[in-house]
Amino acid sequence: MNESVTANTSRLSLFMFRLDRIRIFLWLTGLNFFTLIVPISFVSLYSSEQERAAMAETMQNPAMTAMVGPADLSNYTLGVMTSHQMLLMTAAVAGLMSILLVTRHTRADEEEGRVELIRSLPVGRLAYLNAALFVISCVCVILAIINGAGLYMLGIESMQLEGSLLYGAALGGTALVFAGITAFFSQLSDNARGTVGLSIGFLLAAYLFRAVTDISNESLSWLSPLGWVTKTEAYGANNWWPVVLMVIFAFVMFAAANYLHAIRDLESGFLPARSGRTHAGSFLQSPFALAFRLQRTGFIAWAIGLFVIGASYGSVLGDMESFFEGNELMEQMLQPEAGLTLTETFIPMLLIVLSLLAAIPPVMSMNKLRGEEKKGRLDHMLGRAVSRNKLMGSYFTLAVVNGFVMLMLAGFGLWAAGNAVMEEGFSFSMVMGAAAAYYPAILVMISLSAAFIGWFPKFLTLVWVYIFYSFIVLYLGGLFQFADWIGELSPFGHVPQYPVEDMAIFPLVVLMLIAAVIAAAGFIGFRKRDIEN
Amino acid sequence: MDILQVKNLTKKFGSFKALHDVNFNVKKGEIFGFIGPNGAGKSTTIRVLLGVLKATEGEVKLFEKDAWKDAVEIHKRIAYVPGDVNLWPNLTGGEIIDLFIKLRGGNSANKREELVKRFDLDPSKKSRTYSKGNRQKVALIAALSSEADFYILDEPTSGLDPLMERIFQECVLELKAQGKSVLLSSHILSEVEKLCDRVGIIREGQIIETGSLKELRHLTRTQILLETKEPVPELNKQKGVHDISSTDQGITFQVDTEEMDSVMRYITQFGIVKLESAPPALEDLFMRHYEGTKKSGSGAGGEG
Repeated sequence: MNESVTANTSRLSLFMFRLDRIRIFLWLTGLNFFTLIVPISFVSLYSSEQERAAMAETMQNPAMTAMVGPADLSNYTLGVMTSHQMLLMTAAVAGLMSILLVTRHTRADEEEGRVELIRSLPVGRLAYLNAALFVISCVCVILAIINGAGLYMLGIESMQLEGSLLYGAALGGTALVFAGITAFFSQLSDNARGTVGLSIGFLLAAYLFRAVTDISNESLSWLSPLGWVTKTEAYGANNWWPVVLMVIFAFVMFAAANYLHAIRDLESGFLPARSGRTHAGSFLQSPFALAFRLQRTGFIAWAIGLFVIGASYGSVLGDMESFFEGNELMEQMLQPEAGLTLTETFIPMLLIVLSLLAAIPPVMSMNKLRGEEKKGRLDHMLGRAVSRNKLMGSYFTLAVVNGFVMLMLAGFGLWAAGNAVMEEGFSFSMVMGAAAAYYPAILVMISLSAAFIGWFPKFLTLVWVYIFYSFIVLYLGGLFQFADWIGELSPFGHVPQYPVEDMAIFPLVVLMLIAAVIAAAGFIGFRKRDIEN
Repeated sequence: MDILQVKNLTKKFGSFKALHDVNFNVKKGEIFGFIGPNGAGKSTTIRVLLGVLKATEGEVKLFEKDAWKDAVEIHKRIAYVPGDVNLWPNLTGGEIIDLFIKLRGGNSANKREELVKRFDLDPSKKSRTYSKGNRQKVALIAALSSEADFYILDEPTSGLDPLMERIFQECVLELKAQGKSVLLSSHILSEVEKLCDRVGIIREGQIIETGSLKELRHLTRTQILLETKEPVPELNKQKGVHDISSTDQGITFQVDTEEMDSVMRYITQFGIVKLESAPPALEDLFMRHYEGTKKSGSGAGGEG
């Protein structure tokens, strides 16, 4: 490569490391933490071979294969178990890391005009792109090494050095593959949103393709980069070829990105920019319509996501009973009661997780109001004949509807998939009723967001802390034997655990009243304060 | 009749006083220029007028209604262009213009099409592809195509090219011909001189000057370049003469407008060979106020 087109690449690489040092640190820490915490917990959960065999048994169905990929279930050691249940998911998250980090320094920087500034300096034409690729390659290598070394250092018998390094390499390799994919798409699309969209689309397509072929014809899974992850069989056959394939694939993508970058103009793309509407449609006529329009894509994505999560919980219900037998920890967590099957006892626990997940999109939807304020776009509304009540009301209404749809979809997914895999399915009204009971608690969260926006917009993040708190105390509360009042500090702690408990209406009514009062306070606060920009 | 009345407006952010006892008014049918350096409080004042910020003290009335309490009623009759136009990247310019027109409550489709043509905007592009000037056009088209009584324009031309700037000026003069009122905050002094009937100068949160351009010019000095047959003795002793310096072409100095007559009578005695005078420019006045505590008038001179 001609040196002049890559002049100053190393300096730019250092600059990017400097910009992203915290971001990179957090991604690496997070990925390693989740990789290491699982085998540690598996050691205590599945110490005997019998327990592991039982686990292998529950894994032996197409739904699980579709979710986490195939594995050698006849030799289900702790190592095999870890790589079977965790590697593919973690690799997908590592891929996501690459997509976001690479987009930041390719298309996003270009779109914001920062690349132009850099290019005006004595810097090579391909330097910025290659600096971004160099940085992400280093991140992938570091991820692979720390992960592999960390797993080996856990000192678990079935997790030897080679398998551990392969595990890490598979993670790093997948991250590298998606760095290549993203670098490629960032040349095609002329905006960051499109780049992330295409890359995540590719990630999902690779995952789903692999899900289908893993069930139907495993050799076809070689066509999906995510299929390569499970083909490594880390801690089993220890096959290094997929990793080699990943690296080759990534570098082919890097080369393609470089070629496309070299032949195109700055700030242009190869995909034709669709020209949009010259007039607003008949729907886009109010603050509410605008709020919806801005969140449409996210709304659809979350709706699909919650349905799938609900369904994936539901899909394991059929094997639940055998899973629980002899599992003391779970029995301790669930405290089964007379007159109910263990599967039914499990419903409230599943619903706590699902309802807390379903609380995320409506709170995001409400918080969007604050996001718009920070971007200085509320003046466009309030400077016209739109009152503050109407503005906040639009976002609030949208959040309230959003929360209901999300909760119901999660519940419906749980019921539908559960019904399909169980011999004797749950009743529809029982599952939906149990899910609906969480709606007032979600309303409290939305109202709390509104109140923060109205009175203390700078502390809006505390709503997320509160949701996270709810998750910790309610999901793990039974395990750690927290005092009741700790759970009751969360609105989710007051929801009747139907069908284990009776469906008590009173706490739900109180929660709704509380939500109404907090929301009203939020509206009053928002009417009184300055709009920042 | 006053369209806008600002009385003793004070705005504090925490302990920081952004506006201090601001007073001015805009009369029906006039174009009021609002000028001042960056960070002087122009946009803060405008955001108080819009009821987006709440006045700490004082009274702000538009159409004799309270800017804060009656915001929605008032906004049905005003049109606003912000200084920094942030748009939604995934909506097209056309969609945003229509939405803005709808939110105001008025509708004039013909005007919109005409303005889109005049300002040469492609409304089918997503706004993420727009330059600063194009984003400003979106806000301008939405504001100018609405049937408002009062137009609040916050540095509306800072991203426009000279051609578009001229179209903007034509549009503003058309508004004036229709008897509409305009508050124009601007940095481009030639624009203010061309368009505005009266101006207010704000600095460090305080209005330091208001009046018609004619009134304000009285406060400025005329730049004189003079060549005489005989040297002029004791020019520096004459009342109203400042900043004398000699150059190759002769001597230059500044004269206070009110002392012009007596200075002229004095110098004619020495046989004038050449006399050039530059009119007092708004820029001159502006610089003097901007420089604040620095020595006033030093070196500032209008060019023909």
